[in-house]
Amino acid sequence: MSASPTVYSPGGIAIRSLSKRYGRGGGSSSKETPPYILKDVSLTIPRGEFHIFLGSSGCGKSTLLNIVAGFLQATEGNVLVDDKEVSRPGRDRGVVFQNADSAIFPWLTVAQNVGYGLRMGHTPKRQRLETVERCIRLVGLDGHEKKFPSELSGGMKQRVQIARSVANDPSTLILDEPFGALDAQTRKVMQDELIHVWKETGKTILFVTHDILEAVYLGQKVSIFTPGPEAHIQETVSIDSPYPRDLTSPDLGRTIKHIESFFEAPTAATQS
Amino acid sequence: MKISVALKPKTIAKPFIWLARKGWLTWILLLIVWWIGSLLSQPEYLPGPGQTLSGAKELVLNGTLAKYVGISLRRIFSGWFLGLLVAIPIGLIAGQFTFFRWIIDPLINFFRFVPAIAFLTLFLIWFGVGEGSKVVLIFYATLFPVVVNTLAGVLSIDPIKIQAARSQGASQFQVFWSVTIPASVPHMFTGIRLGLSSAIISIVAAEMLAAQEGVGYLIYTSRLYFRTDWIFVGIVVLGLIGFFSDRLLRLLGSTVLARFGTDTNS
Repeated sequence: MSASPTVYSPGGIAIRSLSKRYGRGGGSSSKETPPYILKDVSLTIPRGEFHIFLGSSGCGKSTLLNIVAGFLQATEGNVLVDDKEVSRPGRDRGVVFQNADSAIFPWLTVAQNVGYGLRMGHTPKRQRLETVERCIRLVGLDGHEKKFPSELSGGMKQRVQIARSVANDPSTLILDEPFGALDAQTRKVMQDELIHVWKETGKTILFVTHDILEAVYLGQKVSIFTPGPEAHIQETVSIDSPYPRDLTSPDLGRTIKHIESFFEAPTAATQS
Repeated sequence: MKISVALKPKTIAKPFIWLARKGWLTWILLLIVWWIGSLLSQPEYLPGPGQTLSGAKELVLNGTLAKYVGISLRRIFSGWFLGLLVAIPIGLIAGQFTFFRWIIDPLINFFRFVPAIAFLTLFLIWFGVGEGSKVVLIFYATLFPVVVNTLAGVLSIDPIKIQAARSQGASQFQVFWSVTIPASVPHMFTGIRLGLSSAIISIVAAEMLAAQEGVGYLIYTSRLYFRTDWIFVGIVVLGLIGFFSDRLLRLLGSTVLARFGTDTNS
């Protein structure tokens, strides 16, 4: 209740007529230039908004996410985060990857993983330990500080990733289908956990999913991508329902129906 | 009555299976085959377990064996250790910097097929008849498995790990220290183990280099006295050195280094 994330404040994310294709564009004449993955995407996400990228698999939503994170370069156009042009990864944008086993460091304990960014940034030890403790508590991992990732369940590993990102105090959290590999119950718990983290920290959240129900459960805004290639945003749906949401309520039901209509024929979407 | 009869084969089978699983059965069978073989042969041609044991007793009592093992161990471990000191940084740097990899890759893939023994005479000329040439030979033998495996370790790092570290604000240099090195420890460790076996294998070659002492020297010179039983002693001792040093390394892998993912049962 204390945070009012919908109120516009300067900063946030601005995606400006962005296009992306892989390989070297406009090279030799004989070779066909590869098609655009993303074509002319423009979007403004105010600071503190919970924003969802929704689209079928392979539509390019993850590519866009990777450009915002700074892992990929746009072919045309650019991305501003807090009024600064993105050119490389940085600690102002925390990233939670789909595969926690890839993303967290198995040779570090939970606490060491969470404190990694602070250690790299030479935060004084006292302050670092305090932040780590607070973030571990925030994601409900207290009591597991000294464990190694191999001793954790899938959901707990994702909590480590979220805590690690939050510890660095970025303005933006970028999450790439973070709960896709979790079982249904754990997934639900983690979704609520993420809403809790968002409410507590007031960060801008960019969340990629191909699950319509997840999108409607979590997002204030849901940007629906066309299927690739040359993907762009068809519509950005606003969802004003308060949290925690009940997906069986009539107005959310209408929203779900509305979003589903984008994924029906002629191009059948893959949902799971 | 019936039950005890039914149980009897099982109670015999249990220790038998235990022996087989622990690898002892293999040794018992080998000893039997060796013994039978030696009965059908001349002692100079194939000394049996008993003759080998008395040969070993001879070498133990006059102090030769302990002295030789000590000298060989020193050569093996100093050559191996120097090899690690050089090979691990080369592997890491080659994995990190593509240009360096282009330069070093042909050399690795050429020289790793040239066995240390081929350099025997050259090392003798270049590094003298002292300890130097022997340690260099072991060093050479250690180098390749360690470089190749460390390099493979760096190349097999999940790019997501690097991206995660970069998003956390780590610089290139910090990524190298805090991700690249720890993430390649399992491969590195495999290289270190292979390097040690390569070092032990090469001790015989190294001690063919004008050596006066050592297990390799024992094996090599016993032929002059026609003491095939001493050759057997040398072979068994080399095997034991290898077996126990690898055990020691694996213990290290399953304890101190386990958090890096080196806990293997292979």
